[in-house]
Amino acid sequence: MTHTELEKIETDLLLEGIFQRYGYDFRHYARASLNRRITHRLQQSHLEHISDLLPRVLYDEDFFNCFLTDMSITVTEFFRDPPFYQSFRKLVIPILKTYPYIKIWHPGCATGEEVYSMAMVLHEEGFLGRTQIYATDLNNHSLEIAKEGIYPIEGMKQSIASYNRSGAKASFGEYYHAQYEYARIHDWLKGHIMFANHNLVTDGIFGDMNVIICRNVLIYFDRTLQSQVLRLFSNSLCHRGFLCLGTRETVECTDVQCQFEAVANKEKIYRKM
Amino acid sequence: MTQHYDAIVVGTSAGGFHALSAIVAEFPETFSLPVIVVQHTKEDNDEFLARHLNRQSALWVKEADDKEAIQSGRLYLAPPGYHLLIEADRSFSLSVDPRVNYSRPSIDVLFSSAADVYQDNLIGVILTGANSDGSQGLRNIKGRGGLAIVQEPDSAEVAYMPREAIAATPVDHVLALQEIGPFLRQFHEPILVKV
Ligand SMILES: C[S@@+](CC[C@H](N)C(=O)[O-])C[C@H]1O[C@@H](n2cnc3c(N)ncnc32)[C@H](O)[C@@H]1O
Repeated sequence: MTHTELEKIETDLLLEGIFQRYGYDFRHYARASLNRRITHRLQQSHLEHISDLLPRVLYDEDFFNCFLTDMSITVTEFFRDPPFYQSFRKLVIPILKTYPYIKIWHPGCATGEEVYSMAMVLHEEGFLGRTQIYATDLNNHSLEIAKEGIYPIEGMKQSIASYNRSGAKASFGEYYHAQYEYARIHDWLKGHIMFANHNLVTDGIFGDMNVIICRNVLIYFDRTLQSQVLRLFSNSLCHRGFLCLGTRETVECTDVQCQFEAVANKEKIYRKM
Repeated sequence: MTQHYDAIVVGTSAGGFHALSAIVAEFPETFSLPVIVVQHTKEDNDEFLARHLNRQSALWVKEADDKEAIQSGRLYLAPPGYHLLIEADRSFSLSVDPRVNYSRPSIDVLFSSAADVYQDNLIGVILTGANSDGSQGLRNIKGRGGLAIVQEPDSAEVAYMPREAIAATPVDHVLALQEIGPFLRQFHEPILVKV
């Protein structure tokens, strides 16, 4: 057996152990990037074999929490993929405006930049007051940062550039105030967002959503889990609800394909039929 | 008998546009080895490189899709802004993990995951570039018994990336740009001899 084949066995055992001990189910995550994270943890902890991680995660809860953080190291941005926000404003907002009240769910919200971006869009379109936004992630540490809404000021230049390309109708500076090295998102924007822990693999549906925005999360799953989570989304959406995926994610060639029609092909905005 | 190879991975940054154009023109339409490329670019280049290379090459050039099965006769490009990785079942995965060597896509990320999957049946090629991304990945390919090829630095538009790769790994071949395409073509196995 090659070294790689042995490592596959070790990884299977590790993920099975974590699932049985803690209920976190990473067994159907795409392996290639998961392997990188495991290798990183091995180096950080000065361990030789993946199987050396097993007793550590089973007996030492703090070590497991470290591992959990590794598993969801995130990078996210304000207004990532500006064309997505342009299409959302043009094609989705006019339809949402016909509803008295809407609910939006952002699973995999990470540290919150994407949710705040959407709240800014809704504010500029004049119906943030009629919206409840739910933002969820499996990583509690990220959720804490998201709730606080305080970001390093040096990232703001890039954020402003993306904002300006997103079909913006105001100025990005209206949404935060600068404090020393940080930008603090205004409370009036935060007020419409509820942050909560939710695991897409093991937790249930979030019912009656008008819009689900889940970008750049499905790419971390294998095909089986992608289909499972897409079914969860379909079941969580109300009649004619919208599903927004990352630019490189799709409902095509999955078992929910026939339940959705494309609203914006390139920006991956779909509508439940 | 020459060794059998299953795939070619290529990494390049500055100057890669011309270098890739020259190399892909040499591949036959039915090239039995899939070619998988990371070219560092700006995030919003809108498939410009794919369209350009498609005109230069008999291969079908496309940006790799998440979980797409890898096939011969194709040249896959890492989509701008995403790392490109290879799964054990020889399909692609994308990720938006942090940049590696200031780069996403990163050559190291592609090469290392490809080395895990293809083992000694992999050819890694480093071309012109102004960054040391790819050196570690080429080392990993060599470590698994694969073939390591680097563009001769003096023939490169920017010599830094090939120099770094040569410094990091005992590479198998250092070739001038115009030699690389014909060299790789010799590993083409017409369909009949395939089992
Ligand atoms: C790359 S980030 C995406 C952030 C943001 N949506 C964007 O596109 O910029 C992926 C997020 O998915 C979260 N995640 C991974 N697996 C999850 C799961 N099973 N349930 C909920 N969130 C998950 C990670 O914690 C991480 O915050």
